[in-house]
Amino acid sequence: MENALFEYLLRLGDDSLILGHRLSEWCGHGPVLEEDIALTNLSLDLIGQATSIFDYAGKVEGKGRSEDDLAFLRFDKDYRNLLLVERPNVDFGVTIMRQFLFDAYRKPLFERLVHSSDEMIAAIAAKSLKETKYHLRHSSEWVIRLGDGTEESHNRIQDALNELWKYAAEIFYEDAVDAELKANGVLPDMDSLKSDWDTIVHAVLEEATLTIPDNNWKQEGGRKGLHTEHLGFILAELQYMQRAYPNMEW
Amino acid sequence: MVATKEEIWGYLEEVFDPEVPVLTVVDLGVVRNVELDGDACKVTITPTYSGCPAMKRIEDDIVENLNEKGIDNVSVDLVLAPAWTTDWLSEDGKRKLKEYGIAPPENEPDKSVLFADPFVVPCPKCEAKDTRLVSQFGSTACKAHYQCNVCLEPFDYFKCLR
Repeated sequence: MENALFEYLLRLGDDSLILGHRLSEWCGHGPVLEEDIALTNLSLDLIGQATSIFDYAGKVEGKGRSEDDLAFLRFDKDYRNLLLVERPNVDFGVTIMRQFLFDAYRKPLFERLVHSSDEMIAAIAAKSLKETKYHLRHSSEWVIRLGDGTEESHNRIQDALNELWKYAAEIFYEDAVDAELKANGVLPDMDSLKSDWDTIVHAVLEEATLTIPDNNWKQEGGRKGLHTEHLGFILAELQYMQRAYPNMEW
Repeated sequence: MVATKEEIWGYLEEVFDPEVPVLTVVDLGVVRNVELDGDACKVTITPTYSGCPAMKRIEDDIVENLNEKGIDNVSVDLVLAPAWTTDWLSEDGKRKLKEYGIAPPENEPDKSVLFADPFVVPCPKCEAKDTRLVSQFGSTACKAHYQCNVCLEPFDYFKCLR
């Protein structure tokens, strides 16, 4: 496997960047002022994490690419984010459910990466973990409030779960990249990650009176660079300035 | 000009956080180390939050302030580990925050506990303990939004980060 570490950093960084971008779309459109600010705060944390991860990824790759080059100057098939994080915001319920399924993965993930044999990954994880705890609490509380709320809010967050569930399985996609990094201790103790995620997800969904859909169809591809049509639209907006005015700075 | 480490730490007490201008970068615990090597001065800083947009400004302000003091050869190094925590906020910093109207961080239970007992954030204006959380996310990444149920003052709370 050529440069498994670089590949893994792109997966980690692209999840942060693309979800951060999606959340930034809520700026000025939040259902209430506090949530407008909350969602953009999450966005800020995620884009900050992406900056640290891409900065390190550029060094690992060793081709002189900066964090901005990696964020703004790749084509869609070079992005490695989960399909889940590129799903459209739709409404507050879908946004919150997407966030919850993601936060329930990132918290136990960072708890493991803190012990990574790679010092830089451990440092980024320690920093990000503190932020992710806030994110998970925020999304969990909203899933419960909406699920165990009115008939309308219950139905809409249940619809969101039904729609997003098929994308959740990709969270645990693994290939040669993971195998190599597990072998050298960069990814420690990953085998129990899914059971940690299951525990968090089941506890919160139960409290929220929501039902996991029976349909077990899994949709994946993002980790291999095969995306839904939505990523192209995200990149068109994200990359516009650098594509229209190459090397511009402000 | 050759300055001592103590003098440099003193100069850094004149550099304020652009978003919470009542705190210096030393109060905030963002400055982790000062190293001198001949006429070269290296200041190590760490971000509060990953996406804190004030970091670049803090970096520039440190260089500008030290240049003004006649220290020309200044570099600022950004490190992520160990990760910043509100435990590094100085006692002086906490007092300044409160006087400014921002409630300083309380000893919060672990954020991972979803249904933990709520902790008390006293109102920085009237000291009342009967306050309520309006939003976990406030005007900056490091603050939450509260309101006092007694004097009705809305206020920022500097979140505990551990």
